[in-house]
Amino acid sequence: MANALAPQKTMSLGEGGLALTFVALAFLAIVIAANAYTPAYAFHAYLFTAASIAAVFAIINRYYERPAEPAPLEIDGKPNYNMAPIKFAAVAAVFWGIAAFSIGVLIALELAFPHLNFDQWVNFGRMRPLHTSAAIFAFGGNVLIATSFYVVQRTSRARLAGDLAPWFVVLGYNFFIIIAGTGYLLGITQSKEYAEPEWYADLWLTVVWVTYFLVYLGTIMRRTEPHIYVANWFYLAFIVTIAVLHIGNNAAIPVSIFSAKSYVVWAGVQDAMVQWWYGHNAVGFFLTAGFLAIMYYFIPKRAERPVYSYRLSIIHFWALIFLYIWAGPHHLHYTALPDWAQTLGMTFSIMLWMPSWGGMINGIMTLSGAWDKLRTDPVLRMMVVSVAFYGMSTFEGPMMSVKIVNSLSHYSNWTIGHVHSGALGWVAYISFGALYCLIPWLWNRRLYSLKLVNWHFWISTIGIVLYITSMWVAGILQGLMWRAYTPLGFLEYSFVETVEAMHPFYVIRALGGVLFLIGALIMAWNLWKTVTAAESAAPAGAALAPAE
Amino acid sequence: MSLWQKHAILEKNSIVLVIGILIVIAIGGLVEIVPLFYLKNTIEKVDGVRPYTPLELAGRNIYVREGCYLCHSQMIRPLRDEVERYGHYSLAAESMYDHPFQWGSERQGPDLARVGGKYSDDWQRDHLRDPRSVVPGSIMPDYAFLFNADLDYSHIVQNMQVQVELGVPYTKQDIADAMQDVRTQATNDSPNAADLAKRYPKVNARDFDGNPTHITEADALIAYLQMLGTEVNFKLYNDKANIR
Repeated sequence: MANALAPQKTMSLGEGGLALTFVALAFLAIVIAANAYTPAYAFHAYLFTAASIAAVFAIINRYYERPAEPAPLEIDGKPNYNMAPIKFAAVAAVFWGIAAFSIGVLIALELAFPHLNFDQWVNFGRMRPLHTSAAIFAFGGNVLIATSFYVVQRTSRARLAGDLAPWFVVLGYNFFIIIAGTGYLLGITQSKEYAEPEWYADLWLTVVWVTYFLVYLGTIMRRTEPHIYVANWFYLAFIVTIAVLHIGNNAAIPVSIFSAKSYVVWAGVQDAMVQWWYGHNAVGFFLTAGFLAIMYYFIPKRAERPVYSYRLSIIHFWALIFLYIWAGPHHLHYTALPDWAQTLGMTFSIMLWMPSWGGMINGIMTLSGAWDKLRTDPVLRMMVVSVAFYGMSTFEGPMMSVKIVNSLSHYSNWTIGHVHSGALGWVAYISFGALYCLIPWLWNRRLYSLKLVNWHFWISTIGIVLYITSMWVAGILQGLMWRAYTPLGFLEYSFVETVEAMHPFYVIRALGGVLFLIGALIMAWNLWKTVTAAESAAPAGAALAPAE
Repeated sequence: MSLWQKHAILEKNSIVLVIGILIVIAIGGLVEIVPLFYLKNTIEKVDGVRPYTPLELAGRNIYVREGCYLCHSQMIRPLRDEVERYGHYSLAAESMYDHPFQWGSERQGPDLARVGGKYSDDWQRDHLRDPRSVVPGSIMPDYAFLFNADLDYSHIVQNMQVQVELGVPYTKQDIADAMQDVRTQATNDSPNAADLAKRYPKVNARDFDGNPTHITEADALIAYLQMLGTEVNFKLYNDKANIR
């Protein structure tokens, strides 16, 4: 009887429409490849063609494999969560993390031993954006997509909105990463820091990002809980604001549709302001708001304690997103940016200290009544230490935004050290903690070894300490040498003497990076053994492994 | 108490929450960015700043392509040591035609805002080929490959037309003569040099890379480096008139 009533399998509008769109994109890309001004751009056009054709095949293949009816929203009254795209993003995050840390080690060594710049493709100037983009967008971005899709389903008790859309977001985003990364090595860049990809990659990312937003919002709208959980506020602020920043900063006119080159519409001082409005809020919304959302879900879950203060989370959310946007001009102190803008940037950067610490307090104090778990659960320890690093670098940042401090620190390695206390200590650690929770939950396995997590924690912590202390010393030394005068009133050091003085610190920094990379490799091994373990964790659905 | 309850409106309505976020994040950006486009004192009034010649523009694009801005700033701050080390502090006007700006954020190498004319072409060539041959402590990668790469300037006209759309004041003749201008500027004693200098004051026109038979990427890059920061005559510049 059930068979008789089963509806005939038809291709959905989404499947058909998306397949046709990709067919059209494949043709367009072939035309562009044939007429491209440079071989590098032709290569990218061919990549678009190949990816589009692969997408068409994947859509058709999936159509033949899938049951006639769309996936049910609920099974036996429980939400039928869509975890497959999340699994992909989680694995991609581990892969890109290792890639990003390896490239970081390489470019750190290039600064210590310049002969390692042995070819134009691997020169520091092309590898540095590869490192930053791999760390921020490839590693961080995949962690954010994976965790946000997980958290929004769990806290809304609803299946992810869209059928193909979540896959489009995950695969499309990773395709963007490949275009961006290969582009840097081939010399395709618009030179805006942390927004280096050229116009066509930016357009592609815009489409992916809008889809991401719609999937996310659509899932929230399906929620069966009346309240939107606090982590979702942060994820929403991250997704919405990054869209605004991306479009604003990358507004550009391409030389031709057949050219990879474009010119940004803003010029000079206005371009500088727009760039650092973007640049600082890539930190504020990508690397802070997004990862605070991770903190607000994973720390309470892991500690099995409620968030410390609901009211503090409200205040700190609105204060944080309001104040962060103003902080950009502190990247432009004493430059040709008008003083009024610099003063605004500095003032708001100092005020930003308060909501930042509000978030830190809310995260750390969530452990009230569960402090003993820090001793027994290295995953929770990693996440709590990450929040402590967040507190440290959000104190350091406002301090460095004070103009008189900035006159010393700007252009120096101190800035690099500051960025990495945030990137390694906060962003990477909270990501590692989230991956150690998420991957066992997704595959329904017990984490292979807590002992290895402990090793990861200590090895990479030593790495971080070596990194940031060497860069503090290097940066302050560099800043002081630049402005040192002899008693007769001459500049004491030539520029190259200040470069030579950096060498020992660059070696120590590279060593710190190696330790951090080793830690990540231990994590990858641990997670691999977790996923490939034969038996599943005992009670299916009980997400948390006991902490002892 | 009531205020906390009112927040529930945002927590229960996703669209209201998104609109709330958009309003809150819009304010700071609008206040800091929009006035820069209409406050007249944002960009100083100063003589001498001109658009890049086609060859300089091509060189600038190579500077961008190779990521030079990642180690070299082009923004001298008005601090005693910087002014003594690099020259007059940078003006906003000096980068008013820069799409995008190249102020940079790091100094693994020295500031380049006024490197133009500071070293000879010979020095620049040696330094690009093998930085440590002239500065033993340098950590810069070598850029010898630029000397073997012929400059592709076949699309320089389209490049300049896009800049015109963005407000860079190239004249019709600048666009029409662009291809010729590239060759003129990269050649020693070209008969067209006087015409080029009329349209682009203070232009350096010579064979920059030491290889007169080819116009290479090194020609373009050195032409760009040799003009950096040389446009404004600071003997005539009145900084009191431009206090902001």
